Parts: sequence; C-alpha cells; structure tokens
Amino acid sequence: MNVAQILFYVMAFVVVASALFVASSKNLVRSIFMFFITLFGLAGLYVLALADFVAVTQIVIYVGGVLVLILFAFMLSGKETLDVLAQQKGKFISVGKLPALLLASLFFVVMVNVVLKTDVNNLPWIKQVTAANAAIKPTDLMVDNIGINLMTRYLLPFEAISILLMMALVGAAHLARKERGAI
Amino acid sequence: MITLTDFLIVSASLFCIGLYMIITKHNAIQILIGIELMLNAAILNLVAFGKFDKIANGGQIFALFAIVLAAATTAVALAIILNIYKKYKTIDPGKIDGLKD
Repeated sequence: MNVAQILFYVMAFVVVASALFVASSKNLVRSIFMFFITLFGLAGLYVLALADFVAVTQIVIYVGGVLVLILFAFMLSGKETLDVLAQQKGKFISVGKLPALLLASLFFVVMVNVVLKTDVNNLPWIKQVTAANAAIKPTDLMVDNIGINLMTRYLLPFEAISILLMMALVGAAHLARKERGAI
Repeated sequence: MITLTDFLIVSASLFCIGLYMIITKHNAIQILIGIELMLNAAILNLVAFGKFDKIANGGQIFALFAIVLAAATTAVALAIILNIYKKYKTIDPGKIDGLKD
C-alpha cells in the first residue's frame, strides 16, 4: 500500500461521492458546484494514470470552459428552472425513480462483470507491454511526445476535430443570436 | 500498484450515475451534466489504457479529442437550451412537445 494507491482510493472516493451528490441534489446550483469537485477529482485520477497533460487540459477546458458555460446558461434561464426543480418532490429513492435506479444499478453490475471477466490486467498486449517494460513510467516526460504524435500520426483526426470545433462554434453563435420573428 | 481494473470500475460507476441522471432529471441542464459524467467516464477509460501505449500515445490523444468534443457539444447544447427557454419558458424536456408550427 504505497502513497499512490492511497491517493487513488481517496480520489476515486471523492469522484464517486461527489457524482452521487450531483445526481441526488435538489438544488441545481449546488449540484453544478459539486460537479466542479468531480471534475477536479477526475483530473487527479488522470495524473495517477500518468497523463499529466490530459489532466491539465481537463482542468482548463472543463472547469474553465464547460462549467462556466453551464453556470452562464443557468443564470440566463432564470427563475423558471428553479420552479421546475421545486416540483420534484420526494427523496433520492422514490417510487417514480425506481425503474431508473434499477436500470442504472443493473447496468453497473453488467459492466463490472464484463470488466472482471475480461481480466484486463492479463490482456495479451498489456502483458506484452509490461514484460517489455514499455509502459509509461512516472519519470517519463510525455508532453513532447504527445505534441509530435499530434502533428504526425494523428494529423488527420486533429484537422477533422478542428473543423468540427469551428462548425460547432459557428452553429452555437447562430443559435444564440437574437432574432426577430421565427427562431 | 494501481491496476487497470480499479480505473475501469470507477469509470463504470461514473457512467451509471450519469445514466441515472439522464433518465430521472426534469431539467435539461442536469441532463447535460449527466451526459458530461458519461463522457468523463469514457475519457477515464481512454487515459487508463493510454498508460500502456508509450510510443503512439493513442489513449491520451484521443482523450484530448474527446474533451474538445465535449466542450463543443456543451456550447451547442446550451445554445439550444437557451432558445428553448425563450420559446417555451421551461427547460423540462417532458413539457416541450410542440414543433415549429
């Protein structure tokens, strides 16, 4: 039981507990701010999976971008959203939510079963990588490698995603535009 | 040693929490948060497997792509939600039942 493992369990607990709070909270603002915690915990998990660059990107884009957008939309949509929330009475587990709870938990059982049956730690290619001692080690610096790969091996998906991002931003600007008459 | 199975189980539980949110919530913003949770579960899987791919870095780079896609999705979805709010004065997906005319 080394430090990394303890940190992993702490992070995993924080992530799952705050996600459960997000799912169960009646208060939208509180659940959005709890979602911050989930995203930070996930960034910590990425660091423990030795993906520092992805962790930093997660914090910059999710916490800095997506969550601010969600808060912005919540504040623009005003009081009505709170009224919708006030109508949802009852506790976390009520009869109306029982089918959804059943579906989600059965899905969880199925997924955990799949993970355990596959025995991911003993997959052939993972064993091969571990035997060759070629997995990423904590002392490795991966950022330059990611940059080089992004501009060579993954150039086509990179360009495709940049075009898609531009289209999405133009579309969002068009949708959010104030317009007289029809939407 | 943190094994791959641990990451996959955390990600499975995140995915199921997101699924539960999408099914039960009566608020488009909360449904969007559920979708984000599911996307994050997928990204966690990509990153966890990416640890074993040192040369090509496939897992980490596609995790980056997935994060960018999630940001684009959120921007468009929130624009749609704002438009729907302007037209119907509610963002409960169960109450939005009219087409354009």
